[in-house]
Amino acid sequence: MRTGRWDVLQAQLRERPSLVLVAVLLFLVLLIGVARPGTIGGTWVANTILFAAPLGIVAAGQTLVMLTAGIDLSVAAVMTAAAYVAASQSYFGSIRAVLLALAVGLVVGVLNGLGVAVFRVQPLIMTLGTGLVIAGSLLVYSLNVSHQGPPAVPDIVRFVGSGKLLGIIPVSAFLWGAIAVIVIVGLRQTGYGRLIYAVGDNPVACRLAGVRAWLVLLVTYIICGFLSGVAGLVLVGAINAADLSLGDVYLLPSVAAVVIGGTSIYGGNGGYTGSLVGALILTVLSSLFTLLDAPDPLKQILYGAIVVLLAAVYVRTAGDTR
Amino acid sequence: MSVAQPANRPLGGPSFRRLLRRNAWTLGTYVLFLAVFGFTLSIHPDYGPYEVRSLVVGALPLAFCAVAQTCVVLGGGIDLSIGAMMAVANVVAARYMFHHDFQTAVLVALLVLVGGSLAGGLNGLIALRTRVPDIVVTLAMSFVWGGVALLILPKPGGGAPIAFMEIASGNLFTPWVPNGLILLVGVVALVWVPIKLSRLGLALYAVGSDRTAAFRRGVRVGPTRVFSYALGGFFAACGGLALMMSTGIGSPLAGTIYTLSGVSAIVLGGVSLAGGRGGVMGPIVAAFVLTLVPADLILSGTDPNLGQVIQGCLIVLVVMAGGLAPLLRNRVTRKTDETTLSAAA
Repeated sequence: MRTGRWDVLQAQLRERPSLVLVAVLLFLVLLIGVARPGTIGGTWVANTILFAAPLGIVAAGQTLVMLTAGIDLSVAAVMTAAAYVAASQSYFGSIRAVLLALAVGLVVGVLNGLGVAVFRVQPLIMTLGTGLVIAGSLLVYSLNVSHQGPPAVPDIVRFVGSGKLLGIIPVSAFLWGAIAVIVIVGLRQTGYGRLIYAVGDNPVACRLAGVRAWLVLLVTYIICGFLSGVAGLVLVGAINAADLSLGDVYLLPSVAAVVIGGTSIYGGNGGYTGSLVGALILTVLSSLFTLLDAPDPLKQILYGAIVVLLAAVYVRTAGDTR
Repeated sequence: MSVAQPANRPLGGPSFRRLLRRNAWTLGTYVLFLAVFGFTLSIHPDYGPYEVRSLVVGALPLAFCAVAQTCVVLGGGIDLSIGAMMAVANVVAARYMFHHDFQTAVLVALLVLVGGSLAGGLNGLIALRTRVPDIVVTLAMSFVWGGVALLILPKPGGGAPIAFMEIASGNLFTPWVPNGLILLVGVVALVWVPIKLSRLGLALYAVGSDRTAAFRRGVRVGPTRVFSYALGGFFAACGGLALMMSTGIGSPLAGTIYTLSGVSAIVLGGVSLAGGRGGVMGPIVAAFVLTLVPADLILSGTDPNLGQVIQGCLIVLVVMAGGLAPLLRNRVTRKTDETTLSAAA
């Protein structure tokens, strides 16, 4: 009798795995509420969204890439580069700074896309290579650009990254929300969105059906690069200072948010809704560690362990046996 | 990429050409190394034993790291926590060898090697049992091992007896052959070669190239995969100890760059990331190339900060060139397939 009920529950969870994610998120919030009563409130929610926004945006790009059975390991380097370029160019005007920063993301996206789609380099290697190139170029750039005025975050970037409307609603929430709507609706409703799933699920069938898979891949990597650039801008706006390792900490979370969110790393399965909740879970998790005042190494160990645990739980409940 | 050789290929034949074709990529890596080395000699005429020693000592950790990644990748996985495991081995060695004699240091080193194998095995076991993709598990485990390293030694420090460091940095026979090289060759010859020649090595390659086929052939896929990770952990521990010997101190963050450099080295060294293809010689030579290039940059007056850029370009270009050959071959075979099909129709 009990096993029967459990089976039904499990079947329902398999239908809607995102329920598990929301439950985990609520559980973590509850944990914070118990550990530090009085923390949970409007301001806390606003701040959590503020800190989750860069991760959520970069996870959107990572989700698209992973749906095509790829991975983008250059997102962290692109975030750092976009943030640093924006800060160092703000001397010449905000618009130019923002455009140049976004251009960095686009260029890296085009490079990744060309490598993966046209030259058929494995995504892991290609994005690893471009990540190294970007990090190295940024280092050289930072040594040669420093005399053009001190790096300062452009006002518009700071407004988007850390501004709050009516003193409570973060501006970045609107940007993140807009991107989320575009990505979710785009994946479901547009032809390109369906093709992303198709290419990730079965590239051979796509080729036989006459799909120009290389074009789909190229566009996907360009979008991912662009979104990484946007995420870098939002991050530097929130932190209000740029350095050469700003985005590095986002590499694991960007992959983890997508995987926890139920997108298969083998492609063709998943969506952005899960990654969105995944990004929130990871952000709440780190704020929980901060509240508990755990020492840094312990924080790191727990973070890694919990990511594995959540991914494992997801694989079990969703029954993704691949 | 890991297409099995057709079974009806005639054996024997021009065996030299077959050997050449099979090892073409590794030979290419040697040629690349010789080219870079030749360039080094041309810009640095008085290249002597001291430079050879510093090259070997500098390349040793990366070489072990590349061998570690090779073991895992050959078995069809990937371990992005190798750098962090190296850091753990490094700080354990630095903390517990400090102010001790040579015998204690060797004992600690042996324990570190055992611990490294266990840590690697744990990675593999988690990936196997949870069915979470290897990349995700090991990326998360890199956080765990990185945290462990910070717990053991919060900031760079510690040390080891001079005699222990001489294992890598001294020279026993002639100044031209540093101990580090002998150590590298010795460890690989004693650990990797017997495994490769045994059934276990065959199982490793089989599981890496086609897991299902290997399973149907009666290979114990799960244990073999865990073993490949444990072997990776063992060599990662070797890398951590080599790092200890070459830098003289323990540093909890030193390992992080080695994960990516190690992947670069195996890619340059001709190991297919799809698994089941390649050997350890290519990655070892590639590790020396990757160590020599930044040194050359400094010597030739180029901005050494461009090192990462060149490393990235090198990986991408080499892989593109390597990917082009099978692509062209496939196109030819596909065309012939199509012609035979249309002829049959």
